[in-house]
Amino acid sequence: MIQRAHVLVCMGAGCVSAGSELVKKRLEEKIKEKELDVEVRIIGTGCMGPCERGPIVLVYPEGAFYQKVGLSDVDLIVEEHLLKGRVVKELLAKDEAAVRVSKEEIPFFAKQEKIVLANCGVIDPENIEEYIAANGYEALARVLERMTPDEVISMMEKSNLRGRGGAGFPTGLKWRFVRSAKGEPKYVVCNGDEGDPGAFMDRAILEGDPHAVLEGMLIAAYAVGSKQGYIYVRAEYPLAIKRLQIAMEQARKYGFLGKNILDTGFSFDVELRIGAGAFVCGEETALLASIEGRRGMPRSKPPFPATHGLWGKPTLINNVETYANVRHIILNGPEWFRSFGTDSSSGTKVFALSGKVKNTGLIEVPMGITLREVVFDIGGGIINDGKFKAAQIGGPSGGCLTERHLDLPLTYESVKEAGAIVGSGGLIILDENTCMVELARYFLEFCQLESCGKCIPCRVGTKRMLEILERITQGAGKMEDINELERLGNWVQQASLCGLGQTAPNPVLSTVRYFREEYEAHVIQKKCPAKVCVSLIKYLILVEKCIGCGRCAKVCPVKAISGAIRKPHFINSEICVKCGECKKVCPVNAVIID
Amino acid sequence: MVKDVLSKFEPRRENLLDILHAVQETSPNNSLSSEDIEMIAKYVGITPAEVYGTATFYTMFSVKPRGKHVIRVCVSPACHLLGGESILEALKEELGVDVGDTTKDGLFTLEISSCLGICGVAPAMMIDEIAYGNLTPARVRDIINEYRRGG
Repeated sequence: MIQRAHVLVCMGAGCVSAGSELVKKRLEEKIKEKELDVEVRIIGTGCMGPCERGPIVLVYPEGAFYQKVGLSDVDLIVEEHLLKGRVVKELLAKDEAAVRVSKEEIPFFAKQEKIVLANCGVIDPENIEEYIAANGYEALARVLERMTPDEVISMMEKSNLRGRGGAGFPTGLKWRFVRSAKGEPKYVVCNGDEGDPGAFMDRAILEGDPHAVLEGMLIAAYAVGSKQGYIYVRAEYPLAIKRLQIAMEQARKYGFLGKNILDTGFSFDVELRIGAGAFVCGEETALLASIEGRRGMPRSKPPFPATHGLWGKPTLINNVETYANVRHIILNGPEWFRSFGTDSSSGTKVFALSGKVKNTGLIEVPMGITLREVVFDIGGGIINDGKFKAAQIGGPSGGCLTERHLDLPLTYESVKEAGAIVGSGGLIILDENTCMVELARYFLEFCQLESCGKCIPCRVGTKRMLEILERITQGAGKMEDINELERLGNWVQQASLCGLGQTAPNPVLSTVRYFREEYEAHVIQKKCPAKVCVSLIKYLILVEKCIGCGRCAKVCPVKAISGAIRKPHFINSEICVKCGECKKVCPVNAVIID
Repeated sequence: MVKDVLSKFEPRRENLLDILHAVQETSPNNSLSSEDIEMIAKYVGITPAEVYGTATFYTMFSVKPRGKHVIRVCVSPACHLLGGESILEALKEELGVDVGDTTKDGLFTLEISSCLGICGVAPAMMIDEIAYGNLTPARVRDIINEYRRGG
């Protein structure tokens, strides 16, 4: 039965939290009620990208891209569009130019290049047949029937794919190490412990196209000679876990997973391991300890997991996004893959765009794209047309890129030179109202809490750095504190045992490097230029503006505001707790922060 | 009760995290009691100290009794920049507890999470396994009241 219309409802985590499950249910009911259920098909898909606009409903054949669809809009879509064939204009994307009907016309999508995310938001992730229809498992069949493991590895090497977990280690080379390592059995592990604040691409891939990750692991297993794999996913991602479980079950049923796959004599199976809330478990050796059921503590390297991994056996560990790239390289060839991106950084990178940008969400762009294109063309610029201040890239291991980096091509090397790392691909956009010192303090506090405590530089060093930063944000900082931060930061970077400690000082060092004057303002003038640090700001009422309505006095929780009715009011800063309630209720904007 | 849960797993150390998750899920107060830990240790064949040490390393396991629903408020910079703080304050006020504490009626435990991975709809929180995004203090109160009515 061919349907005349397909209705795609985004079931990515962002849209689900905005109520897309209810929207889908309502659509199904409504379509039944209008007796359209034979000719219209409703499909729940993975993340389509623009989380900001959820819940999203996409109606084909027109490709009408409806956003922020509420329950009441469902009736409109069914009655107007599906029954009468009239596109519902008021639910389409709008911008200065015009009403945009289809996805392709929306600037958010125009500059993207979807390879890894090609299926996300297009197919039903809980239906293996849709994946197969999108050339799914074809790469696996080709590899098993026509290629030797060495040919597969050579192809990965030629493609110049680099680890998408953040460090950018050449994937083909890693596979070769594991292939040539001595010891049996060998294991293949998928790192889905995406703990970086501000990153959510692994989650979207696992939720939107879980089979692509399985297929990548299968091809890797064939190449390195492994029969057993593990996927490690954060417990915070219940939806990803559920969809992976469904995908694994279906793959077993169809003979893509298990014994004697596709009758080629190759066997491989995967177990799912669920984390339990520890950021350090994203570090490969800690992750292995966690899979073994122990505390997730890293150990020193070498020996690397490639020779001594799970239970001391050779183990291949790649990130979710890395595996999701594999099948495309096999199907289209390494030259095709290298045609995207730059010489040193081939292919695309998925970034998670969040913070003070108009269009938040998940984007996939060719590497080498500039930050300006990401923030202004795809992201639509800063919320309320504010001023771009910086982009925090790579989470707590990364650093910030500033206005002067807007035209910098985003590659592993260029970002590293700027003092940050591409990392897992979190991009938090900051505007003028963000205090860089406070941001650095936040990230350091995060690393300090998440430090496993095994090595002293990380356990104690981050603690001391945090104390200094707390002093600075509270207005008790001294000039030598800034130099001390740099000195300590360098030590922690050099002496820590694992990647967590080695990169923990990055946000601090990078903000000191680019926003030193902001640190100095906190230390010398005892002022917070962004007006964020509570200890360094004062709330005042402008006498000339105040109309004496008394609303502020009413909401003040500590009775710090006094004044006669219709006369200017005053805030007693001795009592004021700086909650900001008065500023929110003032009808004439007479309350200011100094 | 715990015995039934244990019997679903092979008694191997590598299954410890899954076992801890499963036992905690079936526990009436969302946590691991010392009896639970003793039984798990016996079953897996390691010392209770090792089980305790492993459980307390991970933030998702609690050896302190928790409420029926665990609320995790996201405090990532992405949420923080878009008003995450006011969400946490609204929850503290509405529930009358601080982070890490449980309400007197045993319904809620308030926790924070470093990132829930739904930064596109910041500010966000999770209650048990359900994620809520684009929150405002008013919406938080509504959600809490819904749970209260639902028990």
